[in-house]
Parts: sequence; structure tokens; C-alpha cells
Amino acid sequence: MAVQAVHEAALREFERGLRTMAGAADLQVVGPRGGFDENIYAQLAGRPEVAEASPVLELQVKWAGSESEETLQVLGIDIFALARVTPVLLPKPASTADRLASLAEDNVFLSRAAQTALGRQPGDEIELQAGTQRRRFRIAGDIPGAADNRRLAVMDIAAAQAHFGKLGRLSRIDLKLADDVAPAAARPALQAMLPAGVLIEVPEASAEQAGNLSRAYRVNLTLLAAIALLTGGFLVFSAQALSVVRRRTEFAFLRALGLARRTLFTWLLAEGAIVGLAGGIVGVILGQALAWGALTMLGGDLGAGYFSGLQPTLQFQPLASAVYVALGLLAGVAGAWLPAREAATVSPAQALKAGGETTLLGGRGHPMLGLGLLAASLAACAIPPIDGLPLGGYLAVACLLAGSVLLLPLVAAGIARLLPERGPVPARLAAARLVAAPGHAVVAAAGVLTSVALAAAMAIMVASFRDSVDQWLHQLLPADIYLRAGQTQSSAYLDEALQVQISTVNGVDRSNFTRHANLRLAAGKAPVALIARTILADGSNLPLVGPVRLGEQPAIWISEAMLDLYGWRVGQTVALPLAGQLVELHVAGIWRDYARQTGAIMIDLADYRRLTGDRLANDAGIYLAADANTEQVAAALTAMAGPGVLEISRPGEIRALTLKIFDRTFAVTYLLEAVAIAIGLAGVAASFAALAAARRREFGMLRHLGLSRRQIGWMLAQEGALAAGVGVATGLLAGGAIGLVLIEVVNRQSFHWSMDLHVPWASLALFALGLVALAALAAVLAGRQAMRQDAVLAVREDW
Amino acid sequence: MLEIEGLSRQFNRRSVLRDVSLRLQAGEYVAIVGESGVGKSTLLNLIAGLDRPDCGRLALDGVAYAQLDEDALTRLRRDKLGFVFQAFHVLPHLTVRQNVALPLWLQGLHGAAADRPAQQLLEAVGLGERAASWPRELSGGEMQRVAIARALVHQPSLVLADEPTGNLDPANGAKVLALLAERVRQVGAIGILVTHSPAAAATADRVLHLTSSGLQA
Repeated sequence: MAVQAVHEAALREFERGLRTMAGAADLQVVGPRGGFDENIYAQLAGRPEVAEASPVLELQVKWAGSESEETLQVLGIDIFALARVTPVLLPKPASTADRLASLAEDNVFLSRAAQTALGRQPGDEIELQAGTQRRRFRIAGDIPGAADNRRLAVMDIAAAQAHFGKLGRLSRIDLKLADDVAPAAARPALQAMLPAGVLIEVPEASAEQAGNLSRAYRVNLTLLAAIALLTGGFLVFSAQALSVVRRRTEFAFLRALGLARRTLFTWLLAEGAIVGLAGGIVGVILGQALAWGALTMLGGDLGAGYFSGLQPTLQFQPLASAVYVALGLLAGVAGAWLPAREAATVSPAQALKAGGETTLLGGRGHPMLGLGLLAASLAACAIPPIDGLPLGGYLAVACLLAGSVLLLPLVAAGIARLLPERGPVPARLAAARLVAAPGHAVVAAAGVLTSVALAAAMAIMVASFRDSVDQWLHQLLPADIYLRAGQTQSSAYLDEALQVQISTVNGVDRSNFTRHANLRLAAGKAPVALIARTILADGSNLPLVGPVRLGEQPAIWISEAMLDLYGWRVGQTVALPLAGQLVELHVAGIWRDYARQTGAIMIDLADYRRLTGDRLANDAGIYLAADANTEQVAAALTAMAGPGVLEISRPGEIRALTLKIFDRTFAVTYLLEAVAIAIGLAGVAASFAALAAARRREFGMLRHLGLSRRQIGWMLAQEGALAAGVGVATGLLAGGAIGLVLIEVVNRQSFHWSMDLHVPWASLALFALGLVALAALAAVLAGRQAMRQDAVLAVREDW
Repeated sequence: MLEIEGLSRQFNRRSVLRDVSLRLQAGEYVAIVGESGVGKSTLLNLIAGLDRPDCGRLALDGVAYAQLDEDALTRLRRDKLGFVFQAFHVLPHLTVRQNVALPLWLQGLHGAAADRPAQQLLEAVGLGERAASWPRELSGGEMQRVAIARALVHQPSLVLADEPTGNLDPANGAKVLALLAERVRQVGAIGILVTHSPAAAATADRVLHLTSSGLQA
């Protein structure tokens, strides 16, 4: 519920922002980050299908005093066209400003959120960064129609082009079509006029692409939450099953007195439903509270970085809440189903007989069905993604979990047979109980299995991911110092002169520059990153996966996402829209990219410059001379462009920051795992409390025979440890398999990246032992009441 | 020898047992009868060392209970006492033989050292062929015979039987009582049978009546 509420809030806020930006536009012309020729605007505006066209230059701009990751979205607009297509973004001059302030080339208008973030107000001045230069602007007013939380600036488009080195370039054209023209009809004709790499999109495409970008993450997180819910279902099951065991004599009497099977079945099902309903209502309330906390502490993407800068607000969702209450109800009914059926089917005579509870819970499960489900999980892994979602992977996870639970009695019996027949009496009694009535252990272990499987799978996946990211960073960051003018997508860049200057700084042995651009390859798909950097002929300085095949055309190196999303293959020749022209290039190899889910292409910087004429760079890797002092070189580089303009980092700092972001992204998954484990342990405690209450006479008899209270405590502890051990052992095996599914299927299909398997053996062993110990403790605490002195007297019938 | 002198016990200021004295030699088998609530079970609990008297003295084979802490009383029960309960209290997850061997396990015997005496006693109570069965496969009379075997397998000094036929039909009850008396005498233990039934009491060597004023012959 909390996960769902947070994501709903974030997406709602994100879409609201995009709707504001698109205004009344029917279609949008979009191009690469570098922009496209502004002459297209004139051509489109003259078309009969187009009623109005509004050109936009969109930039992410650093401002003086901003943190390195902070940028301000600046829109260069034609105010007259804007008024007709996107009037909501019209700037409003301050009362002190000139009436034509919006046309002045040094004026900028800031939304309220931007004014707050920058600590400025109309009349103040701000400095914005273009390349490595600082430009001074006057804040001439605000943008009343901008969304509340949107940090936005608008200024005259000609001024923006001039200030930010984008003369003759546009990022977007918003089109309002003539009244009698349908967007679908106009689209092909308009698209035919556009150069390669410039596409016509519907305004909703951006929202959809942004939604898709985070969708896999959101769905994965929701799935994790669903597994926690499933563990809760097992908790209801164990509580209900043992409550039936405890009251079996009562039910037997009632059945003997004439209570119909069906009535008993409905009664017990209704009990489960009430428990589930109450749990659902409490869960929804807690979920809202948790969502509020998570939004405050982690943000709308729960720390994953998809919606940075957004400040979504939580809203109560009656429909979603009703669905979650219904899910709680369903979990309650599902958990009660089997115990209710057993209670209704068992004959009263059998139920009245001492020791009959062993029969009730002593089944051997459904091993063949369990094995069948495990086999089905293999088949499910082969299902390709459906609508971009790894549904086959999820099905495989469900089959693995269900199959493991069904095999649990068999595993319990197998483990019981391995236990020695000698040793202290408490241990022998605990082992004998597991042999004779594995069902008892299974009830307690089912919840443990689910939570352990979830935790182990996530631990294996996260450890593999983290280890692979670390290795990837080592491979991608071989230089001694890294330098950049600003974020990849920002208006900051290193021009040619500065590149020469950097290379000639005293102590610099050589410098490798990188240019970040992007390409629009297909309508409806997110842009693909184009990274131009120095690449060795055989690609050996890239984190390659798979073979390399060089061709006659210039080489490009594609990320795994290009393979999945566009079906490109090594050795294939593809046409890329570079500088408005389609250029044939050869796919020489595939590299691993953990930074972009929507695809990335690497090309050698020299090839890129030759093919596009773009000689700018975004960042540089600096290799120091043997005797150079890192601090001195860093200081010299910083001094070149003035304070705060260039950002200098050591590879270690970048790695540490990346891994910090990585850990933050997975923080919420740890929380969900902890919730699942707590529920699993609660299941152990609940089942042992219920069983212990039913076993008071047994404990009393054992005390009569000479077992001390401590020995009975030990017996319970060992029973708890054995039950949890069965769950933990099966859970670890299931978790290992699920971990593989997460790595090979879910991650690959969701995010399009592979990773190397890394099993955190030590952590898993520690976790397993800790959980078994906690379960033993939970069993003892749960049974404490039943071990009291009055329990000793419970064996007497006439007390 | 079991020595009871001036034993009294109160619950919530209500006197349940008052000035009970009794002396039993090894091999003696007595029945204690009395109305419900007169304190029969309280007396059994005190003799079993599961409860402490408000005053009076209890000693088994010369060992005074008052000198024993809870652990020592537990050891005393383990080594010297055997119990037969009305509701059998046979552990459902142990086989018949394991149930009988349980007191021997508690004395640290395992494997054949525990299984052999258990099997012998099962043969003696007529259940030799049911040794590997589970309790749920037995009738009530058979379960009580298992309980008798369990009470005697470790050759206790004192066997306490609390309404052992309460859950059995008359025919089975008579068989179980005869068996109990025979086996207690055979091992030379002191036997105390607590019952409401005069017929059951008649199987003992002598019958004692517990009343609000104490034990009377």
C-alpha cells in the first residue's frame, strides 16, 4: 500500500508537470539533445495542417551557487506563439518591470518554486552557466501557471539561443493542428518533412516514456511488497491452522451435536475473513503513514532517482485503499481455507481421539505438484517480456515459491531422518516431533520459507548487482582525475580552446574527452544516449560482454539495452541519424551499461567529430604524468574556468558516490525484506504460542516424568529452531533459484543489463543462523505461558 | 519407604488437606478414595513433589522433600516415581516403544539399553507386537497399558495412579487395574491408586478414605 501510494503520488506530480509543459499542443516535434535546425519551424508553420507552432529551446542550466547535481530547466520561448499554444507558461512581468520585459535578452522569469530554490525574487539578478561561462540575468517576473513544485525559467528564445551557444537550434516545436485535422492523419505527412533523428510525437509520449523508465522499478518493488503480503497470508494460515488444532475437541463436540460440515467450514472461513479484513484496514492506515514517511525521507521514487526534483504530495486513494483492504480479506480467506476444510472433513471420532492432531497436520504435502511447479518455473523463464514487463520472470518466482512450499513437508521429513537418535532428551523429543508431525513444523516454516526466499534472493541479486557495478566503475574510470563542466544533459560544456588548455596543464600526461549526446531512433521510444570517447580499436577499454566483430564502416559499441529494445546484433550495419543525416555504422560489440535503461551507443570520439562536426566535450579523464601531484593538477584545472565552474572528482569519489546512490536505491527493498522477515518470525511465534497452548498437558506430563522446566524450554527452542531450520534451508534454496531468476530474467528484461553472479555466502550464513536463533527464542517465549507451574497440574482431570 | 506426617495444604485460605499422615513400605499397594474436591489430587501433587505443603513432612526412601530444591525434586520424580494418568498422556509423536522408553532416556540410557527394557515391559503388558505403532493407532485400553509400562520401566520406588480407568469401559478398566496391581507388586514398588470407584479400590491391598479431617483406613 505504501509503495503504491508513493509511486502514484510521484507519477501524478510528474504527469501534471508534463501536461503543463505541453499545453494545448496536439503534436510535438522533438530531436536530439543537441537540438535541430530552426528552419524546420518555418517549414512546419507554413503547412496547412498546422494552425499554430511554438518553437522551444529547452536547456538544463547550472546556476552560480548550485550543487553539482542541481540544474534549472530553462525554456527559450517565442512569447507570441506560446500565448496561442501553451498559454499556461506565459511569463508575468513584475510590477516594477517593463511591459516588454519578456522580450529583453537579459531577462529571465522564474516560477515560484525556482525562486524559492534559488533564494531570489523578481528584481534580483542570477548567474547561469553556458559552457564554462557565467551569464548574468535579471529576474523580471514569475510564471503564474507553472506547477507548484516545478523549478522552471522562461526567457526569449533568441536570447536563450545566443546566450547558451545554440544559435539556429531548437529542442522542440509544439504544434496545434487546424480544427479539421486529426493528429494521426497529419503525422505521416509532417514526419516526411523532417530530417533524420527529428521525430513527431504526441505530447503524452514524454509522460509515457518517463513512466516506462521507472515502471519496471515500480513493478519490481510492488512485487516485493506482494511477497511480503504473501508472507502475511502464511501468517494467517499458520494462526488459523493452529487455532483449529487447539479447538479440535470443541469442533468435534459441536459436530457430534449436529453442527453441519458446511456450517463449520463457513464459520472458520468467516473467522479468517474477519482477521484479514481487520488486517487490511490496519494495513491501509499504516500504509498511508509509511507512505508519508517514505515520501518525506526518500522522495517519490523511494530513493531510486527517477523523479529527482519533484515534491509529490500524498493523496488518499479510496479505490486503491479498497483494493488493498480486499487483498487483506482475500489473504485471510485464503489462509483459512485449508485449515477450515481439514476441520470440516475430519471425523468427530478421530478428532476426539488423543494424538489425532498429528493426523490433521501430518500430511506429506503435494511433492509431485511441487516438483511440477519447479519445472514450470524453468519454462516461465523462457517467456519474453510482455509490454516491457518480465511477466515470465514473475511467474517463475511465483512457481518457485509455491513449489517450495508444497515440497516443504518432504524436506521436513528428510531433515528429520538426518537427525541423530541419540543425544539429550529435549533434542530427541523435538526431532521425534518433526518426524511424526512434520505438518506442525511446515505450518510454522511456510512463512519463514517465503521471507527467507525473498531476503536471500534479494541479497544475492543486490550483491551481484553491486559487485558488477563496482567492477564496471573500475573499468570505466581508469583515469587519475575526472573533470566536467556540469551534468551530462546540462548546458555546460568544454569548448575546444578549453580542451587544449586542459591537455597542456603542467602535470597532465594525456586527457581523454567525452561528448554526451542523444539520438531519437524511433517514435514512442525514449532517446538513446550517444557517448563519444576514445575507444581502442578492439574495444578492450570498454566493459564488453560477448565477442567483438570489426567491420569496414566506423565502429559503434552498443549497450545490452540496444540488443533488447532495438534487436541490434554484433556485426550488423545500422544507420544512425548524426547531424541530420543517416550514417551507416558497424556494430562491433556489446558493452555493459548500468547507467541507462533506454539504450546507449558508444562511438570513438574521432569518428564522432568527423561525422558530426561537433567538437565540444562534456567531461574529461585526466591521466597524470608520473611525477605529478594530484592536488596541484586539480587546483590548476579548477583555476582555468573560475571558481565553481568545473567539477573535479577522483575515481574513488565517483565510485563511492555511485555506490551510495546504489545503496539508497535499494534501501526500500531492505525495508521490505525486514518487514517480510518480521512477519515470518511472527508466524513462528504465533504458531508456537498456539501449539504450546494446545500442548499444556503434554508439558505437564513431561514435568511429571522428570523433565525440568529448562529442559522443556530447550525442547521448544529446538522445535522452533528445527521448524525455522526447515524453512530457512528450503528458503535459501528457493531464494538462490529466485535470485538467479531476478538476475537472468527480471533484471535483464526490466532494465536490460546483465550482471555476474556473486553470492554473499558469509552474510547469508549469518542471516540464516540468526533467524534460526531468533525463531528458537520466539518459540520459547511463545511457550513460556504453557510451561508455568499450573500447566503441570493440567494433566489432572479432576482438579 | 514413603513417610507422610501431618501434611496440610491451603488454597486461598481454604484448607484442602489437613493433617494427613501415612507410612507405606515397598511392595505395598493402597487405594485412596474420597469425594471430588477433598484433596486427592493435591495429595498426589505433594507426594509427586509438584507442590509444597504448608506444613508437615514428606520423605521417600529416607530423603525428606523439604531438603530438596526444584531441580532435585525433578530428579527425584525422574528416578523414583512413576505416573499413570486418567487421560493416558501418551506422547502422540513418539512410537509406543519410544513412549515407554522415555523415562530411561531421561536417565541417560539410549539405544538397546533403553529399548530392551521397554520392549520387555511392552511384552509384559501384552503390547509387544505394537511397539512400533503410533499412539493414534491404539485403543484407550491399549494406551493406558502403554502408560503403565512407561510408569514402571525405570523401576521406580513409588507409582502414583490417578483415576487410571476414568476414561475406560468397565471391562478394559478391570483389566488395566489388574495389570497395574500385578506389575507394581512385581517390581516391588509402593503403589498409590487414587480413585472414586470402590471396585477399582478393591484391587488394592488396602483402601484409605480421604476426608476433610484426614486419611482414615
